[in-house]
Amino acid sequence: MTESKELQAREKQEVAAPAEHTKPGLIFTPAVDIFETEAQITLLADMPGVTPEKLNIDLRDDTLTLTGDIDPFEGLDEQDVLIEYEVGKYFRQFTLSEVIDQEKIEANLSDGVLRLTLPKVEKAKPRKITISAA
Amino acid sequence: MLIRRIFNNPALYRNPFNELERMRRQMDMLAGNLFTGSPQQTVAPGVYPALNLTEDKDKYYIRAELPGLKNEDLDIQATGKSISISGQKKIPPEDDNAKYHRREREAGKFSRIIDLPDNIDTEKVEAGLASGILTITIPKAEAVKPKQITIR
Repeated sequence: MTESKELQAREKQEVAAPAEHTKPGLIFTPAVDIFETEAQITLLADMPGVTPEKLNIDLRDDTLTLTGDIDPFEGLDEQDVLIEYEVGKYFRQFTLSEVIDQEKIEANLSDGVLRLTLPKVEKAKPRKITISAA
Repeated sequence: MLIRRIFNNPALYRNPFNELERMRRQMDMLAGNLFTGSPQQTVAPGVYPALNLTEDKDKYYIRAELPGLKNEDLDIQATGKSISISGQKKIPPEDDNAKYHRREREAGKFSRIIDLPDNIDTEKVEAGLASGILTITIPKAEAVKPKQITIR
């Protein structure tokens, strides 16, 4: 990936709630990178404003759900002058095709970026079979 | 509520394609407002990063979502009436054997200048970065702060 290119402003992606929420507010889809190696799947998600206490990662059956809540960070007597982005919760769901070793999942949230490591179960790892000549 | 909007010089900071996109968004927003009556209205950002500017009696606050940035990746300067924010978002390379399924996060350089409506105290501008959110606190210049007049 070239790092010298100019970043373009992008609209935050709003999502329709999967079910009706009792708390009002906007919900956004975090941008993610997902990559796979032989041993694990790694997921990186941009979730600015989310602190570790407010982040919820849930893996049930094959469905991975990420939810991030944010605290309001504006002072009470602040008035809007120019508003270019909205703040709200983050929500994204994935269906995993591989069997994940739930015990060894690691999650790390720093500078608003979540790094989730999902190690594959031993038997799902491809094994190279060497054929010996008879 | 009275909303003041500031426009940066469009010829300098926006490219024509973004400008068209912004116009389209605003049309959509107008149309949307007619039907849904959505109360919040935002200006689509033209230049990265999208900023929110708020004010109270003594200060302006600029906030931007910059996930993954560290203090040293950012350069913030205050001059007279404007704040310049530039930096580089880095995404370190991963394992060479990794197969990407999604690649939505972007890396790159950015630079933006925002003009404030009033003069500011450039000596006392403070900036902080927490969980990917940049907050710049900008005290207004003494001359433009509202003065409480006591009635005798």
